[in-house]
Amino acid sequence: MIEQLPVLQILVPMLTAPLCVLSRRPIASWVLALAATWFALATSIQLLLRVLAEGTISYELGGWPPPWGIELRIDLVNVFVLLIVTAICSVVLTAAPRSLAAEISRERHYLFYAAYLLCMTGLLGMAATGDAFNVFVFLEISSLSSYILISLGPTRRALHSAFQYLVMGTLGGTFVLLGVGMLYMVTGTLNIVDMGERLAELGPNRTVLVALAVIVVGTSIKLALFPLHAWLPNAYTFAPALVTAFLAATATKVAYYVLVRFVFRVFGVDLAFGALRLDTMLMPVAILAMFIASTVAIYQRDVKRLLAYSSLAQIGYMVLGLSLASVTGLTGGIVHLFNHAIMKSALFMALACVMLRIGSTRLDDLSGLGKRMPLTAAAFVGGGLGLIGVPLTAGFVSKWYLVLAALEGGYWPVAVLILLSSLLAVIYVWRVVEVAYFRPPPEDAAPVEEAPWSLLIPTWVLVGATFYFGISTSVTVDVAAKAAQMLVNGGGP
Amino acid sequence: MSASSAAALAVLWPLIGAVFVALLGERRRNAREAATLLTAGSLLGLVAGVILPSVQAGERPRFELLEIVPGLALAFEVEPLGMLFALVASGLWIITTVFAIGYLRGHDEQNQTRFFICFALAIAGALGVAFAANVFTLFVFYEAITLSTYPLVTHHGTDKARRAGRIYLGILMSTSIAFLLLALVWTYFAAGTTEFRPGGILAGKVDGFALMVLLGLYAFGTAKAALMPFHRWLPAAMVAPTPVSALLHAVAVVKAGVFTVMKVLVYVFGLDHLNDTGASTWLVWVAAFTLLSASVTALTKNNLKARLAYSTVSQLAYIVLGAALANSWAVVGGSMHIAMHAMGKITLFFCAGAIYVGAHKTEISDMRGLGRQMPWTFGAFLVGALSVIGVPPLGGSWSKWFLALGAAEAGQQLIVAVLMISSLLSIGYLMPVVGRGFFSSPAEASEPGDAHHDDGHHAAHEPLLCVLPPVVTAVGCIALFFFSDGIYALLNGILLR
Repeated sequence: MIEQLPVLQILVPMLTAPLCVLSRRPIASWVLALAATWFALATSIQLLLRVLAEGTISYELGGWPPPWGIELRIDLVNVFVLLIVTAICSVVLTAAPRSLAAEISRERHYLFYAAYLLCMTGLLGMAATGDAFNVFVFLEISSLSSYILISLGPTRRALHSAFQYLVMGTLGGTFVLLGVGMLYMVTGTLNIVDMGERLAELGPNRTVLVALAVIVVGTSIKLALFPLHAWLPNAYTFAPALVTAFLAATATKVAYYVLVRFVFRVFGVDLAFGALRLDTMLMPVAILAMFIASTVAIYQRDVKRLLAYSSLAQIGYMVLGLSLASVTGLTGGIVHLFNHAIMKSALFMALACVMLRIGSTRLDDLSGLGKRMPLTAAAFVGGGLGLIGVPLTAGFVSKWYLVLAALEGGYWPVAVLILLSSLLAVIYVWRVVEVAYFRPPPEDAAPVEEAPWSLLIPTWVLVGATFYFGISTSVTVDVAAKAAQMLVNGGGP
Repeated sequence: MSASSAAALAVLWPLIGAVFVALLGERRRNAREAATLLTAGSLLGLVAGVILPSVQAGERPRFELLEIVPGLALAFEVEPLGMLFALVASGLWIITTVFAIGYLRGHDEQNQTRFFICFALAIAGALGVAFAANVFTLFVFYEAITLSTYPLVTHHGTDKARRAGRIYLGILMSTSIAFLLLALVWTYFAAGTTEFRPGGILAGKVDGFALMVLLGLYAFGTAKAALMPFHRWLPAAMVAPTPVSALLHAVAVVKAGVFTVMKVLVYVFGLDHLNDTGASTWLVWVAAFTLLSASVTALTKNNLKARLAYSTVSQLAYIVLGAALANSWAVVGGSMHIAMHAMGKITLFFCAGAIYVGAHKTEISDMRGLGRQMPWTFGAFLVGALSVIGVPPLGGSWSKWFLALGAAEAGQQLIVAVLMISSLLSIGYLMPVVGRGFFSSPAEASEPGDAHHDDGHHAAHEPLLCVLPPVVTAVGCIALFFFSDGIYALLNGILLR
């Protein structure tokens, strides 16, 4: 049984999805989905412990040994991604029944659960698989189901946003497929480890460089890296609140992992940063993302949209960590992947509470939130402090590594820019805080209650995690540092 | 209890008090106030009774809390400078609480529970700063002070308070993130540690121009020290209730700023390293400029609290100046000024608050003859003012004396002159308040349009809880003059080892 865990983690959510469709009852589907996600979470914790103790796990699907058969390959990096994806999925889903009731009609709840589980399957598969073509397959599974999730949003604009994402997402997927095809042509293998070894022998040639470029562009679309981000703000704004909390914390993170994996595992540091100078391309883009997206966030009137732009900026931080091409930089990027997932889902969950009670996430409608829904408002402040990077929050830890990496690499101006851009975060977070605490609620506003515990508890668990991972970094930094060491220096099977 | 666990407990203690304050709440306000006073009293007992003797005996109680990432630990270590700051903060907390009870009740302020909670959090932050064993810990608590005092500054919740809060948080946060955090990472990157060590940790690691830049990042990143041009938050924060001003100006906030500058210069840069490289010379001149121009600005302010705010900016520059001169006299003088100025300035703010509660006056020009109705308050103001100016037999005279000695020792005759001029200016901006209060007759002041103020005149009496604190701190100013040898002996420990 224990031996089968790598595949069960993907299979269980995948097989639970049709069960949800068959049952069609909201509560039954929820219980099924919840069981599947929490099982996946338990599995990924188990996998993390095993990887820490025994090293990389290779699972042969159908008993065919790689490189001929398809391999699931769980190492320190992706077990970390599996952990964060399953953790966020589980915590967010716990709040589902109450939150969905406000936004999706009851008879369509089962669709949400099915799509949610399929999306999770895709994300876990992308992270776990050791096969380049499989990455594409799972990418499409997660993308298709996320189009459904977004289109479930309460307004008609959700459909438009889902369609926009569909076009962009398909482009991204196609680019990845194209790149994988070229690599297959050159190396004759689809196994990622095998591919990496053969490419290292082969050295740079034009096809390989084009493949790298195409894959970087493809994943950057899924990752919403500026300026390929156009789909993200609408998708996040118009999707149901829980879907936003889920996607913001997981989809872009897995895409980041795929990018990291292709760059470091398949192409290797020499090829990606030596032959193609990926660092000089990604670094300016990342910095632009940090500044432009943060600045745009300041001017948003809808808090969900504000946070969506903030996500774009945070993706900039992660890519910056990658572009520094050092162990410390990548540690910062991977740690931020984890930390940002927690902080952003905490914030979006707080917005789900707002959406449930107030029915809108427009900034103006949040007036007096501090008095009307004190626990929700406080949760937002907690998550916001994390985004700013106040010490003892998770955001501080990632920022610390990024600045340190910039100094180590001799990029002084970059270190300054990282800190300056976090000042923009102070502004956009504090705009919300001021409205929530200083502006009195509108005269005609209906009295609202605090959000129900079924939403508040998951929200506060995430807020608590924001602070916990700012104080105790033994899970995040230790694992990320080892993973970065492995990726940059090649070592470790 | 060992002194090292007492140090950790002291930081935790106000937090425990805050929990009790929160639990008791508005409905049991007498019990709530008793909880604050008990916490404050026992904190002083802990600091003065357990930790102080150990530090005086030359020990350095140390407590490791936790390590966040390798080489970056939350840890406390008490040395003489932090000891002094902790004594100031915990001692003045008691007296400020007494005053705050009188002020808030006399004025019927809203959200009193929140006020006392945030106050306790700020004190915990101040003690964390005081006892920090490394720059990282100091930074954590420095930010904690900023965040916990924000609800205090914006206490009234009005538009004006919100704007002031924006400036307050904007300047303090942005400088600390953009400069101080960068300086922190840089220090860690260059020295491999951020521990405070006697003699500093940067010698041989950072030199020349880079050292000056790093010093600039620390000096300006610590905007709580209100070095120009990052001083604007302090006058802006004047919208807050007067007890908050006392907290900002005397107990925790600005003192945390100048303490940080002093501590970093002594224990991170090291006086010898600064002297060898001359990296802090420019800071001397920036401090001197701040000192003079803030004094001149203070002269132009008619609002009493605004005038006192600029006076604080000027007096803080004395302390930064002492640190930047980087010799033993100046460092002792600057450090001593942390305590002396705290006692003097808190007296002045208590008086300003008492005048506001008792007579509803905020503008100096309206205070003619008020001293005759409020003799105790104006008497205390006189003593506090003389101490800030630096007249014997008041505490402030010693610190200014040592600072002047330090400037002379550094061969900066011009700085000695600047100190003299600034003292004259401070006479110019503080004495008229007392003069108006005692010697102008109220009748001349009454203009036709002022008729309604007359009710105020008749009712000009302050609640006892507002008069007692300034009188106590005024006596404290006198006492500090006679007991300064104790402080001197304590501070000499900075220079040993």
